[in-house]
Amino acid sequence: MASLLASFDTVLLITSVVKIIFLTFLVIMPMVAYSVYAERRFSAVIQDRVGPNRVGIPLTLFGLKKDIQILGIGGLVQPLADGLKFFLKEDFTPRTVNAFYFWLAPCLTIVPALMTCAVLPFGSELDLSILGLAQPVKAVIADLNVGPLFVFAIASLGVYGIVIAGWSSNSKYPFLGGVRSSAQMISYELSLGLSIVPVLMIFGELNLSKMSVFQDAHGWLLLPLWGDGLSLERWVLLVPVVVSFCVFVVAMFAETNRLPFDMAECETELVAGYHTEYSSMKFALFFMGEYAAMIIGSGMAVTMFLGGWSIPFAPLLGLDYKPGDTPLWLGLLHIAMFFAKIVFFILFFILIRWSLPRFRFDQLMKLGWLFMFEVALANVVLTAVILIAFNR
Amino acid sequence: MATVTVQRPKLAWHEKLFLSTLVKGLKITLGHALRTFRQISGGKPKVTMEYPEQKWDENLPEHYRGAPALVTDEHGRERCVSCQLCEFICPPKAIKITPGEIPSDDPWAKVEKRPKEFEIDMIRCIYCGMCEEVCPEQAIYLRKDYAITGESRAEMVHDKKRLYEIGGVRVGLVNKWNELK
Repeated sequence: MASLLASFDTVLLITSVVKIIFLTFLVIMPMVAYSVYAERRFSAVIQDRVGPNRVGIPLTLFGLKKDIQILGIGGLVQPLADGLKFFLKEDFTPRTVNAFYFWLAPCLTIVPALMTCAVLPFGSELDLSILGLAQPVKAVIADLNVGPLFVFAIASLGVYGIVIAGWSSNSKYPFLGGVRSSAQMISYELSLGLSIVPVLMIFGELNLSKMSVFQDAHGWLLLPLWGDGLSLERWVLLVPVVVSFCVFVVAMFAETNRLPFDMAECETELVAGYHTEYSSMKFALFFMGEYAAMIIGSGMAVTMFLGGWSIPFAPLLGLDYKPGDTPLWLGLLHIAMFFAKIVFFILFFILIRWSLPRFRFDQLMKLGWLFMFEVALANVVLTAVILIAFNR
Repeated sequence: MATVTVQRPKLAWHEKLFLSTLVKGLKITLGHALRTFRQISGGKPKVTMEYPEQKWDENLPEHYRGAPALVTDEHGRERCVSCQLCEFICPPKAIKITPGEIPSDDPWAKVEKRPKEFEIDMIRCIYCGMCEEVCPEQAIYLRKDYAITGESRAEMVHDKKRLYEIGGVRVGLVNKWNELK
């Protein structure tokens, strides 16, 4: 027993648990809650409305002069009120559903979404020598060598949640939503996978942390302005990179069931799609799953195309990452940078949602199979030709 | 009937690929978002009024149909003679009248009847204005009160006292009971 205990790397174990708790419960979950708030406020200003601005931190009740407001907008505690509302609502299960799968489906939506965040490098490394740790702690839960493959493998499980929800609800609208969703997921998974093949070819690497380190030193894939990024090769490669970025983002929209590809819920046609029969926290889980998937998808895009946690022009500013020799403040700055990029991406998601109308289902399938797939495939060939031409 | 064939717009290649149209759409939404955000963070949204603090009351039109109420005439007489026409016409059956006789020593004994109790259930009322339309005595009017709230069902039933409170005095209407005229 003692030898078994001794064989455990206690430091690794504890830091991993701390990282898991930090990332899922202190970052992703609040981020999900606040992206819902951001969605409501952003959609409101797009439509010339005000949006939820009432729920505040009532500091005036405690004798302070003003309630907290950022940029003069209130309602910052709205997500808490929303969450509380979900807990207090009646959790209604219709009599005709298949109860086991009906309960399973919401979990199947949110669990894969949260699991994929394990491989995302959300920062460079943290020098915790003040806590007595000799080695700096890497800011990634699992530094897998098959990062993107892991993400795609787990994230595509999310469709089971939707399909099972649609089927077990025993009602026509959820059923149609589930069927549409599975068809859509299969079509877009292809172009999603193919779109990152050029990126993997350029990096020669499937480890997301190493991709970030490379981009930190040699310029982001979409912004090759320092280090090796100034070479002719990288600028020629910018063409396939931009194409694959576009394909990746579009496919990501489809994967996360966001407008203009939200055929699975499609309020105007299918009531609420696959979650029509759900209420209370079960519905909230679907909601959280959707937003968590959005955050992870943005994290993937940021890591592969926009340098992950790296600060723009880092080597020129002296803010670049030196393995094993990064001060704590820089590590924290890297983490902040990563989440700042994700926030930017989520705002972009929201802007797109409130700008574009929904595609018709046949247009969606046509776009997926007859355009995106081909473009992604041709892009792989183009990248290969460029790489060979530059003798890599 | 002449048939008009509507031509579909001819789209350029960049429009067909959603490229330029996407940019155009984003420009519109982002423009609105930034403009409204600037207004909100400056504390003054131009379009939206923040309801409980700001109200539009003084701009309500003359014909606005709010809560129905009873009115008195210039002599303080209840106009209502409890004919119950409004009670009969009321589509959601919100009105309940208990008619009462006016004693013979009353100065308005000639009118003979006035309501002993007059109740309008504001939970049922649909603000249609039929009571006002049907009233031969011009005794019931829809006023401009719209925020009728209460904490219980009983509180939402307006009794005679409350109805006269809302209604107040209306002068210069038909004065058929006025002996001075």
